Amino acid sequence: MELTLWTYEGPPHVGAMRIASSMKDIHYVLHAPQGDTYADLLFTMIERRGQRPPVTYTTFQARDLGGDTAELVKKNIKEAVERFKPKTLLVGESCTAELIQDQPGALAKGMGFDMPIVNLELPAYSKKENWGASETFYQLIRTLLKEKVSSLEKISPLRWKELGRRPKVNILGPSLLGFRCRDDVIEIQRILSEQGIDTNVVAPLGASPEDIERLIDADINICLYQEIAEASCEWLKRNFGMEYTNTIPIGIKNTIEFINEVHNKLDLPLTNKEELEHKSKLPWYSKSVDSNYLTGKRVFIFGDGTHAIAAAKIAKEELGFEVVGLGTYSREMARQLRATAKELNVEALITNNYLEVEDAMKKAAPELVLGTQMERHSAKRLGIPCSVISTPMHVQDVPARYSPQMGWEGANVIFDDWVHPLMMGLEEHLIDMFKHDFEFVDGHQSHLGNTATKTEDFINSEEKKDKNSKEGIIWTESGRAELTKVPFFVRGKVKTNTEKYAILRGIPEISDETLYDAKAYFS
Amino acid sequence: MSKVEFNKETGPREVFCGLTSIVWLHRRMPDAFFLVVGSRTCAHLIQSAAGVMIFAEPRFGTAILEEKDLAGLADAHEELDRVVNDLIARRPEIKTLFLVGSCPSEVIKLDLATVADKLNKRFLGQVRFVNYSGSGIETTFTQGEDGALKALIPLMESSNEEKLLLVGTLANNVEDRFKKIFRNLGISNIESFPPRQSTELPKIGKNTKVLLTQPYLSDTVRDLKHRGCEIISAPFPLGIEGSTEWFLAAAKAFKISELKVHEIISPLINRAKLALESHKEILKGKRLFLLPESQLEISLARFLHNECEMDLIEVGTPYLNKDLMKEEINLLPDNTKIVEGQHVEKQLDRVRESNPDLVVCGMGLANPLEAEGISTKWSIEMVFSPIHGIDQAADLAGLFSKPLRRNQILTTKTLVTH
Repeated sequence: MELTLWTYEGPPHVGAMRIASSMKDIHYVLHAPQGDTYADLLFTMIERRGQRPPVTYTTFQARDLGGDTAELVKKNIKEAVERFKPKTLLVGESCTAELIQDQPGALAKGMGFDMPIVNLELPAYSKKENWGASETFYQLIRTLLKEKVSSLEKISPLRWKELGRRPKVNILGPSLLGFRCRDDVIEIQRILSEQGIDTNVVAPLGASPEDIERLIDADINICLYQEIAEASCEWLKRNFGMEYTNTIPIGIKNTIEFINEVHNKLDLPLTNKEELEHKSKLPWYSKSVDSNYLTGKRVFIFGDGTHAIAAAKIAKEELGFEVVGLGTYSREMARQLRATAKELNVEALITNNYLEVEDAMKKAAPELVLGTQMERHSAKRLGIPCSVISTPMHVQDVPARYSPQMGWEGANVIFDDWVHPLMMGLEEHLIDMFKHDFEFVDGHQSHLGNTATKTEDFINSEEKKDKNSKEGIIWTESGRAELTKVPFFVRGKVKTNTEKYAILRGIPEISDETLYDAKAYFS
Repeated sequence: MSKVEFNKETGPREVFCGLTSIVWLHRRMPDAFFLVVGSRTCAHLIQSAAGVMIFAEPRFGTAILEEKDLAGLADAHEELDRVVNDLIARRPEIKTLFLVGSCPSEVIKLDLATVADKLNKRFLGQVRFVNYSGSGIETTFTQGEDGALKALIPLMESSNEEKLLLVGTLANNVEDRFKKIFRNLGISNIESFPPRQSTELPKIGKNTKVLLTQPYLSDTVRDLKHRGCEIISAPFPLGIEGSTEWFLAAAKAFKISELKVHEIISPLINRAKLALESHKEILKGKRLFLLPESQLEISLARFLHNECEMDLIEVGTPYLNKDLMKEEINLLPDNTKIVEGQHVEKQLDRVRESNPDLVVCGMGLANPLEAEGISTKWSIEMVFSPIHGIDQAADLAGLFSKPLRRNQILTTKTLVTH
């Protein structure tokens, strides 16, 4: 039994709903009690979808349990098929139905329908949402393509040459309730078509069962989100020999590497190599003089595997930040994230517990947090700027404007979204210069009039706060005065470090000099 | 009783389960913690329904059942013990801990009553444990509050003191207004259930006169009756009419003259009628369809028809207690179509066929209906907004006029670009 206050991922059947809702002509009959219908609002509220998810919930009640719940399942399947006329039917159960073992998938298969039926077995007491999405996508592909396995020769990534057409790829993984998937797909298609590569099928987002059957017309697969599509790409490789890409095109370097990987796999010459770096404004914006202040900004990163790993690379290599924390809730990607963390010389945090994340965040004392909704709230409490880079997300993370994370435009969006929460370079410089003027204490003074706290009041209040440190160390007047001169957003960190230093050296009283000694010691 | 048309419908539903009520119950009683014993789905449901209200550390959580807990029941009890110990060590300020049953815990027959008994002995004097079920196989949305209140009744001491007991969660400011008005009427001993602190439970007995503030408390009412309380029969205090009748019924129970009531509340009524005018202008003659969710639907329909002159197409309710709703049903216009239960697909067919001006529905259905050009109002707002009482009548009407007003603004010709 695990105590959870907030959870990063929903149950696995919500993952299955993400696949069903992303696609066309599919219906999902879910054996579940009425409360489970809440999941609809994830799609209609967070994503502002104008259609209900294509899901029929059997909504069995306590009084049904004594009778024949299997009959109830069949009745719902029959009604759903008649009403929605799906081309493929998904059948499964949520946590409660799993306990009563009606085996709805088997029931559906015995009802004599013509359409393909995918029986989803998603263990609700051991697996989670992303696993459920991945498994559903994989089972769906397997069901629709398994008959073609033996009859087909292995698909060569070079066959476009023999066939005398442009190379053709599938883009696999984008789904509803994924982070900015809608726009990533447009961006990646745009980039591929600039390189002379056509898109065969995008799935699950916007695909129909017929599209799934057409997957094998492509030369290679693009695995855009490993959490959702890796298992499917692996199956297509094993059974049809289809190669797939591993690079996630988030950030300039990764986008270029991605284009390289695609070209290599297809044996397509890359003719515009020099142009690529200029397709996004990120490199120049990052190089421009204003961005000097970004150097060494301490950043704490937590999210799903795909976005957290990519963010770490961009932060370090493309923006010149210092990564002081890196973690994920995607246990499936723990190994990969650990490797990235090792390269960055930070400890990897693999956890489902958002309080543990908040704790690590506090200890790392970052100047910027890149995280999920949970981290946004934690960072807000700690007074640290934050940008959301991963699900779980809120309605505000589904912006109206074109706002991808991937490709050239994605890199532009990332520059803006990560840098704006921090203060602008010149502004920071000015605050530093004027920070001791009474008009400018801890924030901005309105031109409407003087309402700022007087410097004396401010120091007095600081004195009260700092009088007794936990460890029994005394701050002398000069020490306190010096501490108040430290910019407010790093003051806590400086205080802790100085006390740590004092304990280490056995210094009972902290003076201004101790503060500078500590600063020198830790730098 | 007016000639309303009662229908029952069964089929797939689209409603929240009783766990959702934790979202407002934990705010009402800041010294209580609600621990759901359930699955990841339960945890995900509550956080999704709570939406933007993410707290530092919320006073609710889920003990998520894992595979190993399902293997043997003894293990599950021990595990729950461990989780509770951890929780209390971390949150020593908790005075009452609700163990809330869920669909999976009910199906595997996890005996939360026994667990609560054991824990009560161990934490005697420190934390009280109560249990109830918020499972979706037994309860719908607001029925969770019914279960939680019912679970508290055995903890309430007996007293024969005469008092007015307001039953059902109210917004604090509304509760204060009501108490002030009752005091002006000459009723001085007034208490609320649930109280603002879980440890300050009112004492009850044969001189306790219960006045319901919410219509979804069937089980609580039954148990209060068993404890000797007198239940005052009244419509619910939504809108001017409902609130007036509600005050009158209370006054009658305390042998206070009608004249006195009118003297106190008529300035309020006049003020409220004035405030209601602008909303009525928009709502008048508009056609309303209420989908079932909160059990407030019948009272809302009565208010929106009688005071705002809306036409009622269909009034859905997840559950209908005709006895408790008697006074409300009497105030409904003839031929009102009440539908208890739901077949969501058939009901949506009826919504589309009847071409309503406004549909009251759950959050899962709102945007899809909006996308079809049908204006909607979320029913969950009714349990989060202060809507009770005469002073709030205009605000309550405003919840319904706003989507229509917005619709008018957005569909004016100047904005149509295609």
